[in-house]
Amino acid sequence: MLYYIARRLVLMIGILFLVSVLVFVLINVIPGDPATLMLGQEATAGARAALRQSLGLNDPLYIQYLHWVGGVLHGNLGYSLADHTPVMSILLNKIPVTLELTILSFLIAVAIAIPVGIISAIRKGTAWDYVTTVFALSGVSIPAFWLGILLIYLFSVTLGWLPPSGYVSLTDNPVKSIVLMIMPSISLGIRLSAQLTRMLRSSLLEVMEADYIRTGYAKGLMEKAVVFKHALRNAMLPVLTVSGLELSAFLGGAVITETIFAVPGLGQLIVNAILTRDFPIVQGAILFIAFAVVFVNFLVDIAYSLLDPRISLGGASK
Amino acid sequence: MEQPQLKAGPITFSKPSKKVVSRRSSKILKHKLALMGGIFVAVLILLAVFAPLIAPYSPIRQSYAEALKPPSSAHWFGTDTLGRDLFSRIIFGAQVSLKAGLISVGLALLIGVPLGMISGYFRGLWDDLIIMRVTDAMLAFPSLILALTLAAVLGPSLNHAMIAIGLVFTPNFIRLVRGEVLAQREREYVTAAKASGLKNVHIMIRHIFPNILGPIIVQATLNVAAAIIAEASLSYLGLGTQLPTPSWGAMLAEGQGYLQQAPWISIFPGLFIFVAVISINVFGDGIRDWLDPKIK
Amino acid sequence: MVKDLLSVRHLNVGFDHQFGHTAVIDDVSFSIEKGETLCIVGESGCGKSLTSLSIMGLLPKGGRITDGKILFQDHDISHKTTKELSKIRGKEISMIFQEPMTALNPLHTVGHQIAEVLLAHEKVSRNEANQKAVEMLKLVGIPSPEKRFKQYPHELSGGMRQRVMIAMALICKPDLLIADEPTTALDVTIQAQILELIQELKNKFGMSLLLITHDLGVVSETADKVIVMYAGQVVESSETKELFTHPKHPYTQGLIKSIPKMDEDEEELATIKGTVPSPDEMPEGCRFVTRCPFAKDICHQKKPPIVNVGHEVHCWLYSDDNVKGGIPLVDNV
Repeated sequence: MLYYIARRLVLMIGILFLVSVLVFVLINVIPGDPATLMLGQEATAGARAALRQSLGLNDPLYIQYLHWVGGVLHGNLGYSLADHTPVMSILLNKIPVTLELTILSFLIAVAIAIPVGIISAIRKGTAWDYVTTVFALSGVSIPAFWLGILLIYLFSVTLGWLPPSGYVSLTDNPVKSIVLMIMPSISLGIRLSAQLTRMLRSSLLEVMEADYIRTGYAKGLMEKAVVFKHALRNAMLPVLTVSGLELSAFLGGAVITETIFAVPGLGQLIVNAILTRDFPIVQGAILFIAFAVVFVNFLVDIAYSLLDPRISLGGASK
Repeated sequence: MEQPQLKAGPITFSKPSKKVVSRRSSKILKHKLALMGGIFVAVLILLAVFAPLIAPYSPIRQSYAEALKPPSSAHWFGTDTLGRDLFSRIIFGAQVSLKAGLISVGLALLIGVPLGMISGYFRGLWDDLIIMRVTDAMLAFPSLILALTLAAVLGPSLNHAMIAIGLVFTPNFIRLVRGEVLAQREREYVTAAKASGLKNVHIMIRHIFPNILGPIIVQATLNVAAAIIAEASLSYLGLGTQLPTPSWGAMLAEGQGYLQQAPWISIFPGLFIFVAVISINVFGDGIRDWLDPKIK
Repeated sequence: MVKDLLSVRHLNVGFDHQFGHTAVIDDVSFSIEKGETLCIVGESGCGKSLTSLSIMGLLPKGGRITDGKILFQDHDISHKTTKELSKIRGKEISMIFQEPMTALNPLHTVGHQIAEVLLAHEKVSRNEANQKAVEMLKLVGIPSPEKRFKQYPHELSGGMRQRVMIAMALICKPDLLIADEPTTALDVTIQAQILELIQELKNKFGMSLLLITHDLGVVSETADKVIVMYAGQVVESSETKELFTHPKHPYTQGLIKSIPKMDEDEEELATIKGTVPSPDEMPEGCRFVTRCPFAKDICHQKKPPIVNVGHEVHCWLYSDDNVKGGIPLVDNV
C-alpha cells in the first residue's frame, strides 16, 4: 500500500514538473516578444526594455525557467502587471469561490447521476431508460453557456425566482451564497452528471452480468441488497476514474460558467487576465488548476486502491 | 457452455418484467437516432454550403429601424441589436462553426495520428518518456483554458482559435492512435509483414493504418462536436471569431445583455449549437456501434 | 411412496431473443428424495446447467420457464418472484458454481460474504454471523480460518475459493445443494478433494445433492441416481449402478465407452461422431438421430417413447413395436 502510494507520488511529481514546463513554454516561448505581448503593441520601446529587464527576459530560457520555478516553490507566482499585487494573494482570494462552485456542481452531478444511472441500468429497455438516454445525450451536448442563459431567462427574467448573477461569500451569508450558486452549479454540473450517468449505467450493466451477482441472488439476497451491496461498489470503480479524468474539463467549464453568472472565481480571473494580457496571473492560475487536476487524480488513484483490495497488494506481490 | 445465443446475460427474475421494450426495438431506436443525427448533419452542411442562396438577408447588413424585432414572417428568428436578420446570421454562422470543427480536428489528426503511430509502433524511451508524459501533462490542463490562452497569445481571430483548438485536441488522438497501434502490432499480420521484410513505414501506412481507421473516424467525429462547442465558447468569450463575421458563440454573448427585451438573440444561436452538437454526437455513436459488432 | 424433496415435472425452458423464441429444455422430469444424490450428466450445451438454474430461478437474461412445474417440498417454485425466492435461495436450496474465481465479489472479504447469507436469512447479530462464518470456514477445511475470514477472494487459490463457496452455501444448512460442475475449473489434484468434501458435508447435514457434471467418473463415485441429458432432453434415467452396467440408450453407451480406462491399453478412445444439433435445427423425431449408429426411419419421424427396461430410456430401439418388428436390441456393454 505504502509502496503503491510512493510510486504514485513519484509519478505525480514527474507530471507536475512537466506541467510547470508546459505552462512556462506556453507563455514564454510563443513566437514574439513576451514584453510586447504583455504590454501590447502600443507600449514604448523603453517600457518594453524595462519590463524585459525586470522579468529577467534577457537571461537564457532555462535560467528563466529555474528562476520562475524557484519562485513557485517558495509560493511566489509573480506579480500582476496591472497593479503589482502578488499573483498568489489574488489566487487565494479567488480559489474559495471556484471551490464552492465546483463542489456544489459536483454534488448536483452526483446526486443526479447515481440514482438515475442505477434505475436506468436496472430497468434497462423501459421508457425510463430511454428518458435517461436522451438526458445523457442532451447533457453532454448542450453548451454550458446556452444552458446558463436559458436558466437565467427562465428563472430570473421570466419567473423572477433567482437573481441572474452575482456572488456572496459563503461565510458572509451562507443562504444567499447558496441561492446565488444554484443556477451556476446546475449549468456547470449538468454535463458531468450526464457523463457520470452514462458511465454508471454501462458499468452497472456490465457488473450485473458478473458471476458474483448471480451468487448474490443464489444466496437469497433481495434485489436491493444485490444492487447496493454487490453491484454498485464494483460499478463505481470505473466511474470514479472517469470523474477524476473529467475534472480538468469540469474546471474548464467553470471558466464559462463564472463568466455567464459573474461569479468572481478563478475562471473569471483567467478570462479577464487573458483579455487584459495580464500574463503572470494567467500563468499562475493555469499552473494552480493543472496542479489541482493532477493532485485530485492522485487522490482518486489512492481512493481506488482503497476501494479495490486487488490493487493495494498489486505492485509488490503479483 | 450453453448454445451461442444463450450468452450469460444479467440475471433476470422469474417474474415477467413489465413494459420491457425488446432489445430489437432498442437497437432500432439507436439506428433511428443515428440516422436522424446523420440527416441533421447533412442539412447543416447544406445550409452552410448554400448559405448565400438560402439566407433571405445579408448577415451583416445593419438597419437600426429593424433592431430587436421579435420573430415574424419577415424575420423568422427576429433581429439583433443592430437590426440584422438573425436567421441569415445563423445560417452563415453554420459556415463558421462547421469550418472551425472540421479544420481544428483536421489539424489535430494531422499532428496526432503520425505521432501516435510512431509512438505506439516503436515504443521505447521516446514513446514512454516524451510523448506519453507530455500528453499526460497536457491532459491535466482544462482544454478550454489551454485553448483560451493559446488563442490569446496568438491574438483573437477565427484562424488562431482553430489552431488553438486543434493543438489542444491533439493529445486525444495521440493517445487513441498509440493505444490502437499497440494492440495491432502484436497481431500476426504485422509479424508476418515484418518477417517478409517490409519496411516499417510501409507496414505502418499500408497494414496498420487501415485497421485502426475505424476508431480514429469515431473519435474525429465526436471531436468535431467538441470543437464546435470550443469555438463557440472562445467566440462567446470574445477570443474567437471577430465581428462582424457571424458566429453562434459571439451572437449568443451579444444577446445575453438583452435577455429581457430580445431573448431570441441568444436562444436561437444556442439552439443551433445544441442541435448541431447532439446530431454529430449521435451520428458518431452510430458509427461506433456500426463498426463494433460487440456492442449490443 | 417416498416423499420427494424436489420434483421437476415436464420442465420446458426457452429463450426470448431478437429473432423470436428458442426452446432449449424440452420436457425434463426428475425427482430427488431426501438425502439422495442425483447427477445430471451430459455434454456442454445439453441444458443441464439451465435445468439447475431454473430451479434457483436464476435463468440468464431472456430465459424463462415456458411449461412444467418445479415442486420443492410440494410447493411449486417455478414462477415465484425474486422476493419469494429469496426466502428459499441460500436457506433451503443453495447452489455452488463452476467458476470459483468469478463467483465471489472481489471487493468484499470472504468472511463478509459468508456471514451475509446468515444475516439475510436468520435473526442473528453481525458478531454471531461472523463467528458462524469462521466455524464454516473451519468445517470446509480451510486452515487458520480466522485469518482467511478477513482476506479477499484474490488472496485465495481456486480450491480455497470453492471451499468458501461451499461454506457460503451450507451456512444455513439447506435441504438441497445444487452443485453445477463444481470441480471443472479446478486443478485435477484439487478436484477429488472438493468432491469428497461435498460428499462428506452432504452426509453430515443430511442434505440432498443435485450434481451437474459432464464427467462420468464423478457420477460413478457420487450419485445414487443419474439423468443423462442430450440436446435439452432426458434420454435415460436410472440408478447409478444399473446405468453403468446396463446402459441402454446409444448416447449413454457412447459416453460410457469414451471414458478412459486405467486397466486397458486402448490406442484411441471411442468418441461419438458428429456434433450436437443447434436448438434451431433440432431433428423432428429423436434428437440424437443425427449421431446414432442405430437410427431407424421411425427415429427420424417421431419423438421416442419412454420405455421401462428396468430403468427408463427414451429410445425407439426398446419400444414394443420395434421388438416385435424384429429389430435387434442393442446391449453390447
